[in-house]
Parts: sequence; structure tokens; C-alpha cells
Amino acid sequence: MMMEFTLWDILRNLGFGALWTIGLSLTAFVLGGTTGLLVLAARMAKSPWLQRGARIYIEFFQGTPLLMQLFMVFFGIALLGVDVPPWLAAALGLTLFSSAYLAEIWRGCVEAIPKGQWEASASLAMTWLEQMRHVILPQALRVAVAPTVGFSVQIVKGTAVTSIIGFAELTKTGSMLANATFQPFMVFGFVALGYFILCYPLSHYAASLERKFHGSTSGSH
Amino acid sequence: MAYAFDFTAVAEYHTQLLSGVGYTLLLTAVGATLGVAMGTLGAVLRAWRIKPFAQVFGLYVELIRNTPFIVQLFFIFFGLPALGIRLAEWQAATLAVVINLGAYSTEIIRAGIQAIPRGQIEAAGSLAMTRSQIFRHVVLQPALQKVWPALSSQIVIVMLGTSVCSQIAAEELTFAANFIQSRNFRAFETYIVVALVYLGLSIALRALLARLGQRFVVKRRAAA
Repeated sequence: MMMEFTLWDILRNLGFGALWTIGLSLTAFVLGGTTGLLVLAARMAKSPWLQRGARIYIEFFQGTPLLMQLFMVFFGIALLGVDVPPWLAAALGLTLFSSAYLAEIWRGCVEAIPKGQWEASASLAMTWLEQMRHVILPQALRVAVAPTVGFSVQIVKGTAVTSIIGFAELTKTGSMLANATFQPFMVFGFVALGYFILCYPLSHYAASLERKFHGSTSGSH
Repeated sequence: MAYAFDFTAVAEYHTQLLSGVGYTLLLTAVGATLGVAMGTLGAVLRAWRIKPFAQVFGLYVELIRNTPFIVQLFFIFFGLPALGIRLAEWQAATLAVVINLGAYSTEIIRAGIQAIPRGQIEAAGSLAMTRSQIFRHVVLQPALQKVWPALSSQIVIVMLGTSVCSQIAAEELTFAANFIQSRNFRAFETYIVVALVYLGLSIALRALLARLGQRFVVKRRAAA
């Protein structure tokens, strides 16, 4: 039997899909940020092995498509004989992806801190961890806010790729509805609108933070 | 039981892999050329606030940058036939790449153009350079040179993003990967190999773009 979809049915289902998109984005942002800090620590560590490892990690996840990363996680865990639910592969894949980008963004911010700050804090007999914690990170954080918010937009958009491994977020819900209603133009229009509603405020906020930051430093030149 | 990796099961399909690589590179090359051309046009219209095109491009940039590439692709491939616009897979994929990169490069190049000091344009005018000479040598070339690293990264990101074009059956590299793993039942090995191929492609593309960028620099030095 054919099922009839009213406009309300379509919007309601897309709304549910959007909730999964938001949930996955938040998960990937928090876990990706935490993992990214570890990668950043390894990237900036004194040990050349840690540095090299972090560099390869970043290069790999920035140099391969997110879709390949999701497939590798999905089929890689399956090799262990565990059945992988799509949400787990999606969250894990996006976490790895985000951590590499965030680590690289934050490295730029840490390196933007003048060398004198390191030298001054070293002369106070601070350990590396203390220098980071009390001197470098508080300053780097200020620089990091705008690009980090900017990257969160990439995470939200990245979640759309998880539709391919079967995670029923906004795009997957849209594909299913488009097939069921034979109205792909309208459905994908709404899907795009949904992402726009999620992403535009973030983009706008990132841009205004950047202006604020550049505004406050432009006095120096 | 330990899983025995078998990469020879992937090597057998090198013909499919190569043709996938070719498709991906061609799609990227055409998409990047047209996309950057479109971005240049958009950047000029936006930077010089030419009404009403500046506003139209502004809206376009925001719409594209705040929606996922895969949704843009699906909209073009599945949605546009409702308006009577029916595109083949490769046409839809190319159009999606051009539209996507066009929006990003509009913003990137605009930033470069706006960073050109007004005095330089005035100075060029006082040297009796024509408008098109000023545009080419004083505005566009230094602007592109300034934003070339950002533009290059965006082109690499777009190349990696074409991976989702497999979903509309455009026969690029990921499509080849899906095909191969459906034949050899070695999904993990196949995707690892293909991911490494992508990694090689992005390193090579970055190197190529850096060389192209150097040509801008050399040309400018020769002119100075």
C-alpha cells in the first residue's frame, strides 16, 4: 500500500533527523576536541617520535576523504567480529576527523604566541606542562575561539556524509523521504534549509569573533 | 581467530582503481578551473560592490558555505529533474563541484582583492595603465598570489569531497572502491588501499598547486 505523506509528516521526520545531526555534531565536537588536545600535545611534544606520530595522524586524516575514514572505521571494527551500529561508526569516524583538524588549527594558535613568552616562563622554572597551562594556553585560547567555532560548521556539514553508512540523520532522512514521496526537489530543499539554520548562526558568530579579534589588534599597525 | 589481511585481492582490480583515479582527477581539474574562474568573477563583483550582482553572490556564498556538499549534489541530481533539468552523473558531479568551489573561492579571492592597498591602484592609474592592465597586474595577480595557499587547501578539500559523488553513481575513485569490495569481499583492505591512494593524490595535488603558485611569484618578480 502507498503511504501518503503530508507536508507536516515530512517536516516532522526531518526534524527528528536534524536532532540526530545535532547530537552527532556535539558528540564529534566534544570527543574530537578532547582527542585533538592529545594530538596537539603529541605534535608539540619534545619527543621526535611523538611529533612524527602526530604529524602522520594529522596528514592521514586531513589527506583522505571523510567517507573513506567512515568506511574504514565501519568495516575495520567489523573485522573484530563486533557488529557495528552506524551511530558508533559515525561518532568514531567524525571524532578522528575532527581531532586532526582541531589539533592543526590549535597548533597554529599556540605557535602564534611569541617565543619570549616561552622563554620568560621557562626562566621562572616552570615545567612544560606549567608553561602550557598558565602562560601559553590562556593566550592561545583567545586566538583559537574564532577558527574553532568556524570549524564546528565543518563538523555539522561532515555529519551529512554519515548518511552513506546508514546513520539516519538529516540527509539520510531526506533521502528516504525523497524516495517515498517522489518529491526530491522539495525534500532536499528542506534538508538544505535545515543545515543552513544550523550552520549560519555558527558561521556568523565565527566571522564576528574574527572581526572582533582583528579589530582589537589592528591598533598595532 | 585472527583475521588474515589479503591485499592481493585489491591489486587484482588495479584497472578499476586507475580509471577511478582518472575520473577523480578529471572532475577535480575541471571543477577547480571553472570553480576558481567563477570565484574570481564573484570576488570582483563583491569587492567592488557592483549591484545587484554583489548581493546575489553574497547570498550564494552563504547558502553554499552553510550546507553540506552531498546535499548540494543530491539537490542537483535528484531535485533539479523536477524543474525539467535532467543531468547525467558526471554533469551533476561537475556542476556541484563548480558551484561549491565557486562559493568558497569567491570569499577567499575577495579577501585577497580587498587587501590590495588603494594607493597601488591609484599609482598604476597614474602610470597610464589601462583599466584591464590594472585589473590583471595590480589587482588580480597580487590578490591571487596572496590567497594562493588558502585557495590550494580548498581545492584539496574539494578533491577529497568528490568522494561522495559515488552516491550518484559517478564512477570516481570511491565508486571504484565500492565496486571492488563488492566483488572481493575485502572491504577493509580495499578502503585502506583507496584511502592511501587519496592521500597520495592530495599530497601530489598540493605539490602541483604550490608549483603553479610559484609561477605567479616568478612572473611578478620578472615584471618588477
